[in-house]
Amino acid sequence: MTTLPIDHPIDELSDDPRQRPPLVLNHDDFGSVTADILRCNEAGKAPLAWKIAFVISFLLMSILGILVGYLIVTGVGVWGNNNPAMWGFPIVNFVFWVGIGHAGTLISAILFLFRQKWRTSINRFAEAMTIFAVICAGLFPGIHVGRIWLAYWLFPIPNQMDMWPQFRSPLLWDVFAVGTYFTVSLLFWYVGMIPDLATMRDRATNKIKAISYGFFALGWRGSMRHWHRYERAYLLLAALATPLVLSVHSVVSFDFAVAQLPGWHTTIFPPYFVAGAIFSGFAMVLSLAIPARELWGLKNFITMRHIENMCKIVLLTGSMVGYAYGMEFFMAWYSGEVYESFAFINRAFGQYAWAYWIMVSCNVICPQLFWFKAIRRNVWVIFIITLFVNLGMWFERFVITVTSLANDFLPSSWGWFEPTWVDVMTFVGSFGLFMTLFLLFIRYLPILAVAEIKAVMPEADPHAHHDDDAEAHE
Amino acid sequence: MSASTPDTATRVQATESAAVSTASDRGTALWGLAAQFDTPAAIYEAAKKVRTAGYRWFDCHVPFPVHGLDAAMGVQHTILPVLVFFGGLTGLCLAVFLQVFTNSLQVDLWAIVPVVGYQFEVSGKPLISAPAFVPVLFELTVLLSALTTVGGMLFLNKLPCLYHPVLKSPKMKRITDDRFVLVIEARDPKFVRSTTEALLESLKPERIVELEP
Repeated sequence: MTTLPIDHPIDELSDDPRQRPPLVLNHDDFGSVTADILRCNEAGKAPLAWKIAFVISFLLMSILGILVGYLIVTGVGVWGNNNPAMWGFPIVNFVFWVGIGHAGTLISAILFLFRQKWRTSINRFAEAMTIFAVICAGLFPGIHVGRIWLAYWLFPIPNQMDMWPQFRSPLLWDVFAVGTYFTVSLLFWYVGMIPDLATMRDRATNKIKAISYGFFALGWRGSMRHWHRYERAYLLLAALATPLVLSVHSVVSFDFAVAQLPGWHTTIFPPYFVAGAIFSGFAMVLSLAIPARELWGLKNFITMRHIENMCKIVLLTGSMVGYAYGMEFFMAWYSGEVYESFAFINRAFGQYAWAYWIMVSCNVICPQLFWFKAIRRNVWVIFIITLFVNLGMWFERFVITVTSLANDFLPSSWGWFEPTWVDVMTFVGSFGLFMTLFLLFIRYLPILAVAEIKAVMPEADPHAHHDDDAEAHE
Repeated sequence: MSASTPDTATRVQATESAAVSTASDRGTALWGLAAQFDTPAAIYEAAKKVRTAGYRWFDCHVPFPVHGLDAAMGVQHTILPVLVFFGGLTGLCLAVFLQVFTNSLQVDLWAIVPVVGYQFEVSGKPLISAPAFVPVLFELTVLLSALTTVGGMLFLNKLPCLYHPVLKSPKMKRITDDRFVLVIEARDPKFVRSTTEALLESLKPERIVELEP
């Protein structure tokens, strides 16, 4: 490979194709990378901001626990779900959380296959975020079944009634899709973490840490013979997870698209849901990464270039979502179907128009600000925009679920959905669960993929100091 | 840097001054000799030379996969992808069996345990409706492939490993941080204490450590 001349100092944000921007700033040896990334894990005391955030999250999680208990002993009547809007907040929240859970595996798998090396700084906590989001997502259908002691009916388990799940139903596909997605994401996350857990084990300062990290590190000793199979396994997992990421939200969209309701029964749903999921997932990664890199002092690893790249993905997927909104209207008009046309006019101008316009302003207008370089490089503006995107994506699911159910075919069967305080607080509480898990993760597990980051540093190239590339591939 | 740095530095000096004789003095067996390097380039060169010298029972312990090092060591391509293919195939067959069996089977297979399918007519659709079975076919294929990938990788690597001489040595702690260690095991047919040590010395390592079993 020939190197083009560089006539000015390297700038991480430069768009000049002649220079490759560094992925790690201000580090030229591996030891300092390990020490700097793990500094907050290894610090004796957590930062005050972490403690405050943890207490708040834990309280919210407790509210969730209490309300789920209240729901179980009382029944689903504590929610606003009622005829005709049988799918209220629980399904809206389920789709919202599953959507957020898409960025992690997308970053890990798809960006890995495309050899986007900048993913190494963000993949670990994006994957963690995925897993915690899918846990929150899995909670909602679980408690939505009403008699949750019968939730095992979701799974094909032989039983005394000779009954089996209905495999022609999208709701059962969902069980398999989300279950597989959770398992594969967990494996991907854990396998990626094994070498870093070994690092933490070897640097542990007391016996409890050494044993607990050592248990999960499985006796990893960095053998190159192991790395060889490990790298192959990682590539295979990435190849398997790539279609999986695209399938999960497609299957979730089938829950709607296979039904006959106007506004749901369209073929655009799978790609539209996947784009929306990636959009909301990246927005959530940014909302978590921006405070985390400030608090944990990781600006040398999650550089402005990483943030900028993610903003560009948010811009791209946000535009795709905007296009899908437009296309839905076009198809409703072009179909000539009176119910379909009404469904969309009703969304924009009917009783839930306020929700629709919140959705459009947050999802379509907000991310367009990322066309401006100055905005892509201002972390606090980005942070606020991503919060709006998350809000907008929740409202998208609300609009899709509730408007179609509340106003379907016959006006005589129309209704008005109103959430109860239990609905609202359960949703708020699910953020508590999510944040509690996430805060525990950033405190006790390696927040960045230490081994992978070392491998993308220029110092990691064994041929850095002499040109014998040909010899290396003998 | 970490708190262990000065500690490690003193350990390096101690080993260098004491030369390489502690294990045999204490009468314990020698499991292998480890040479520690501080750059990927150094271990890459070292691995090539050790392989050329005819050693087979040697390994490199590195904090991250050093590009091309496996080829330089002569590591064979892993069989893992083949295992994963069969894992995926099992998942696919399992999904076909599961869906056909549970939703449409009518044959009484076992007289003792009469397990029959749950035949449920929905809007006149056939009991075995292939398009509706596709999502679960896909999901179970991916699920079993992924489980095989991880299980197979751990099995082939003989992990979890509860004990290993390299892990036992307190001097080897930095292989998961920033050091690159080449270990030649004593069971290698070419292993002769003096010549092997001389070969390792010629590679100019930071230090040489002997590993007890």
